[in-house]
Order: sequence, then structure tokens, then C-alpha cells
Amino acid sequence: MKRAILWTLWICIAVVGGIGIVERLISGHDLAGYTSYVPWGLWVATYIYFIGLSAGAFLLSSMVYVFKVRRLERIAKLSLFVAVITLVMALLTILFDIGHMERFFFVYIHPQFHSMMAWMVWLYTAYFLLLLGEMYFALRRDVVAAATDGGSGHRVVSFLARGRTKPLSTAEVERDDRALRVLGTIGVPLAIAFHGGVGALFGTVAARVVWHSPIYPILFLTGALVSGGALMTFVVAFLWPRRDRDWRELIVYLGRIVLGLVLLDVLLEWAEYSIPLWYGVGSEVEQLKNMLFGSYWYVFWIFHVAMGVIIPVYLLVRYRGPRVIGVASALVAASYLAVRLNLVIPGLVTPELKGLETAYLSDRLSYTYLPTLFEWQVVIGVAALGTALFYLGYRHLPLVRESGTGIGGIAS
Amino acid sequence: MGELQPEGATEPTQEVDESASRRDFIAKVGSAVFGGVVLAGIGLAQRGATDVLATGVASATDGPAPPFHIATQASEDVLIKMQRELSRALAKTMDQRRWGMVIDTRKCIGCSACTVGCVMENKLPPGVVYRPVLQTEVGTYPDVTRKFIPRPCMHCDNPPCVPVCPVGATGKRSDGIVYIDYDRCIGCRYCITACPYQARTFDFGGKWTDGAAGGSDGALALESGREYQDPPNFEYGESWTRPRDGVLAGTAPHSPIGNARKCHFCAHRLAEGMLPMCVSTCVGRATFFGDLNDPESLVSELAAGANATRLKEDMGTEPKVYYLA
Repeated sequence: MKRAILWTLWICIAVVGGIGIVERLISGHDLAGYTSYVPWGLWVATYIYFIGLSAGAFLLSSMVYVFKVRRLERIAKLSLFVAVITLVMALLTILFDIGHMERFFFVYIHPQFHSMMAWMVWLYTAYFLLLLGEMYFALRRDVVAAATDGGSGHRVVSFLARGRTKPLSTAEVERDDRALRVLGTIGVPLAIAFHGGVGALFGTVAARVVWHSPIYPILFLTGALVSGGALMTFVVAFLWPRRDRDWRELIVYLGRIVLGLVLLDVLLEWAEYSIPLWYGVGSEVEQLKNMLFGSYWYVFWIFHVAMGVIIPVYLLVRYRGPRVIGVASALVAASYLAVRLNLVIPGLVTPELKGLETAYLSDRLSYTYLPTLFEWQVVIGVAALGTALFYLGYRHLPLVRESGTGIGGIAS
Repeated sequence: MGELQPEGATEPTQEVDESASRRDFIAKVGSAVFGGVVLAGIGLAQRGATDVLATGVASATDGPAPPFHIATQASEDVLIKMQRELSRALAKTMDQRRWGMVIDTRKCIGCSACTVGCVMENKLPPGVVYRPVLQTEVGTYPDVTRKFIPRPCMHCDNPPCVPVCPVGATGKRSDGIVYIDYDRCIGCRYCITACPYQARTFDFGGKWTDGAAGGSDGALALESGREYQDPPNFEYGESWTRPRDGVLAGTAPHSPIGNARKCHFCAHRLAEGMLPMCVSTCVGRATFFGDLNDPESLVSELAAGANATRLKEDMGTEPKVYYLA
């Protein structure tokens, strides 16, 4: 019954989202609501949201592979996999956002390394390859083991094991662990560089006073840790196959981490808003006030402050049950999109020159922006695809397998 | 376009026909502006006007009689002067000239003839604009002033839009013009966010015929819309058309659709010895254009005045568009 509901839900979002993606391919940007004056909208915000989830999940896995935090060991592989999926989702979203999708590879053949954006793409590519490498070394032992003992994902793991039936020797496992440590050690600065770099992509734009702040890269990093950590906590709380005592303790531990990160993020956010707003003088004041008290006030107060901070913090402080911690984390992870929207949009909604808003009238020369249904559809489509990819991996790869247990999965 | 005449050769003709040529010229510019407003008939009128501009020569028999009388003035029309300066600048190599613009806000009457002339010249689709005229009102009744600030691309010497491009699709030419390579631009819109003057707009692929009139006149409206819309524009000296929707129109649009766009000081006109369209269509002679490297040029002289300012000077972008206030 529960399965049927989930499947129906997924099919619904896949159809709605699929239509959006097909429309995007046929009609381009025609149906999108952003303008030349608010040139970046929901898709850019969603992209930094997904990329943050990826960096956060990856850094969580590095806690195991680099910093040897044993308590997180069982979720390291799953974290890596979530990092891969959310990276794919991020890249797809930003691909749909550019005007000439067919020219995306120009960033490889004509890179301009003074552009933060070129750095982004190159660092993502390195990160993607690194993730695949880590996946290989992290899963190899379990793929081989799973291929020999059968189970729900048998065909896929058998294919991946390429006929190997002999379990990995201790020496081989140790060698893989070493490879993981090396890759993870490269990965940590890489993840900090690319996600801090996404913040720098905005922060370096001197023309946009709200963006042009040294705290932007830092905010992006803490945001990655908060949202990625919360997403992993939610996933582990609801999808982990073995609900034993260790799992319960792990959830409580993850819940503490999420709580700490949310509070740290609030501190930085306080700095971000209080400094430019305090005396009510300066060029950012109007834009920040607009964000906090303008027509889209609810994005900040309802979606971020209430759903992303107050309620989850209350739940995390008050309760120890895995489900409550899972729900609180899901709230933090999902509502973080509101934070990402507020990082991108408010910096764009006031004219850079007075009078521009009325100088030449067109729908595309407007300073008001509300994502259209079509834009949401594309995002939903990417989310549906990501969910499907995650489910396939979850079913067929030994992501939650621990030595001595069978392949985990929804079926078990 | 005909060959540029050597300067010496043009002088005597101008002396002889001065009043006729100016009258004639203004009539043609006037008709070009009018053509722009009604979105029709621009080709002929403009060609006539620009012929005059390019050669600096006009004969009394060339074109229709002026519709209004203009008193003869002792001084030379600034357009003629700038035209001569343009020829002089074009005789130099590209890296020796540095194009600049001066806009006299005291002369600007906010007629938007520059905006319209630019839209016509570059066949800008809906939502794309290179040179809007900002209008602000200062004071309260009865002490009210309206201020007009035409805003082309500033062609900054230190352009913030250039280093942000991930693929090198935009850059500064040796003559100072900041260009966009439509065949390279991937449409990420980073440059649009980086311009402190918001001089870049995105071509969403809009068409003037979108939502054209329906009913019995619908077909006619669509047809006349297409007559304007289908011929190419010639930005950067190439021919750019906007084909009707194809299967891949959304995925791989026909440039400049899906690209960032902006004012290029009519680089394609300059290459042919013509002043930028906004300069030609400026009714009040409020826009001046020329070579800032030429100490004798009108723009050099005006830009050095005590009343010359630039927008957002404190940002260090070093714009090459000056405003006289």
C-alpha cells in the first residue's frame, strides 16, 4: 500500500516534470519568468541548492574516509552516492538554464580561467571523476561479495564484478582504503574550493552589492554542510534497512550534527543581514529590506525561519526519536531552497540605475520575478529523475551493505 | 557603401552646398526617425541619409525636398564635423583609435529617437534594448525637472562584464569597443549580472509578430510584421536572421537568440564609415561620437570639460561614455 502510494506520487511528479523538460527543449526560455534585469531565477537557485547538497553529502563521507570518524562509517558509501546523484541533478538544472545548451562543452575547449564560472565547471568535472573513483574503491569489496551471495540486485552487481567471485583479500581491501583516503584527502579541499567557489561566483560581482560580500563563499559552505548533512540524516532515518540500536544512536548523532550546523548557519546569517542593515544606511539596505519585508517576505520568514530553523531546532532539541529527527532534518534540507533563492534573487531586484525600470517597457525588462509553473516543472522533472537514479542505485548497488549482512533495499 | 572621399576633396563641395546639404540631411534623418517609429520604410530613407554621412557630400537634387524650413547657420553641423573626424580616425589602425561617446543631457529632450533608431538598426526583438533613455523626475510641483539619461553600453576600459565570461565570448577590441561573440556565447547570463549599468540584455527569442493582431486583418498584420522581422541585421559585420521556429529552436537556438546582447557602438556601421545610429537619429544633437585618442576631436574636447561626468565613476570601470550636465 505504502509502496503503491510512493509509486503513484513518483509517476505524478515524473509526468509533470517530464512535460516541463520537454517544453524546455522545444520552446527554450520562452515560458520562464526571469528577465534581463533579474537574469537568474529559480533554476540557478536550485542549482546551487543541489550542488550544496552534493558537497555536504560528500564532506560527510570524508569524515569517514579522511578523518576516520567510525560512527559514520556505515553511511559513507550512501553519502558518496547521494553526492553523485545530487551533482548530476545540479548539472542538469544549470544545463537547462543556459541559453545555448549545445555549446556547454565550450567551457572545456575555450575556458577563461579568470571567470569564476569556468573554474566551477572544471572543478565540478574533477569532483565528478573523483566521486566515481571513490565510489569504485568504496564499493568494490561489497560488489564482489554481493555478486557471490545473490540478492535483489544480483544482476547489476554481477555485471559490475565482471565475473570475479573471489572476495577481496585483506591486502586488496587495505589498498582500496588507502586509495579512498588519498582521493578523500584530495576531495575535501576540492569540495571546499568548488562550493566556496560557487559563493565566490556571486561574491566577486562588484555590481551587485548584496552579493559582493566576503561572507558569501563561507555561507555557501555552511549551507552545503547544513543541507547535505540534513538530507543524509533524513535518508538514513527513513531508508536505512536495519533499525537496530546502532542505527538509533547514529540518527541521534546525526541529529546533533544537524542542530549544531543549523545554529552555526544562523550565526553567519545574522552577520550577513545585521551588518549592512544596522544603521539603515547604505546601498544594500533597500534590497535586504525588500527581501525581509517585501512582497516575498514569506520565503524568508515562513520557509526559512519557521520551517528551516525554529521548528527543526525545537524538534531536534526536544526529541530523540529517529522519526522526529528524520522529519526535522527533512524540513531543514527541503526548506534550504528558500535560503538559496534568497541568496540569488534579492541582489537582482532593484535597478542599478534609477529610471531603468520604466525606461523601456517589456515583460523581459522587469524587476519583479516569480518563478513560473514551467520553471517549477523543470525543477520537479530533475528531482524526479534524481529520485529514480537514487532508487535504482539503492536497489541494485551494495550501498547499505555491511560485512556479514545481505544486500539492503526497500524489498528487504 | 561608396568609398570614403579624401578629406581635401570633400571640403569645397561642402562649402558650396552647405545649406542645401544640411537641410537635405536633416530631412533624411528626420524621415529615418519617422520610419523607425512606424516600423516601415526605413531602408530607403536610412540608406539615403547614411550615404550623405559617409561621404560628407550631398547634392541639392538628392532625395525629396525638406518638409520644413531651417535657417542657414554660420557654423557647421556637428554631425558633419563628427563625420569628418570619423574618416580621419578610420584612416588610422584600429589600435590607434579609441571610440568614445559624449551625451549632453542638457540638450536631450527624451524623444527616444536614439532608442528607436538603435532598435531599427539592430532589429532588436521585444525585450532587448541597447540604449534606453532613463527618465527621472526631480523636485515637487511647481519646481519640477525631468531628467533624461540615454544609457548605451559604457564600453568600459575596465569592463566588469568581460572577465566573468567562462568561454571568452566577450572582450574589448583594440579600439575599445566591448563586443559579444554570438557564436561563442553559451547564454549563461553571468555578464548580465556583472554589468553595473545593466547594459546587457538577454535575447529570449521574442518576436514582434508574437501575439500579432487577429481577425480579418490578422494575416496582413502578420505579413507586415514579418517584412520587418525577417530580413537580417548586420551586427559585427555579419548577417543575423531570426528564422521561424524549428524543432531545435528551444535546445539550440539560432544566435543571437539565447545570447547576451548589448550596444556595440554600431561597430558594423563604423566599419563602413558611418556614425552609430543613435548619433545619426539624435534630434537635439545631444549625442557626440568620435575618437578619444584624437585630441582635435569633438568628443575629446567635450569629455575634458569640467561638466563632463561618467556614471558610477567610483566603481573604477572607466566608462568611455561621458555625460555633460
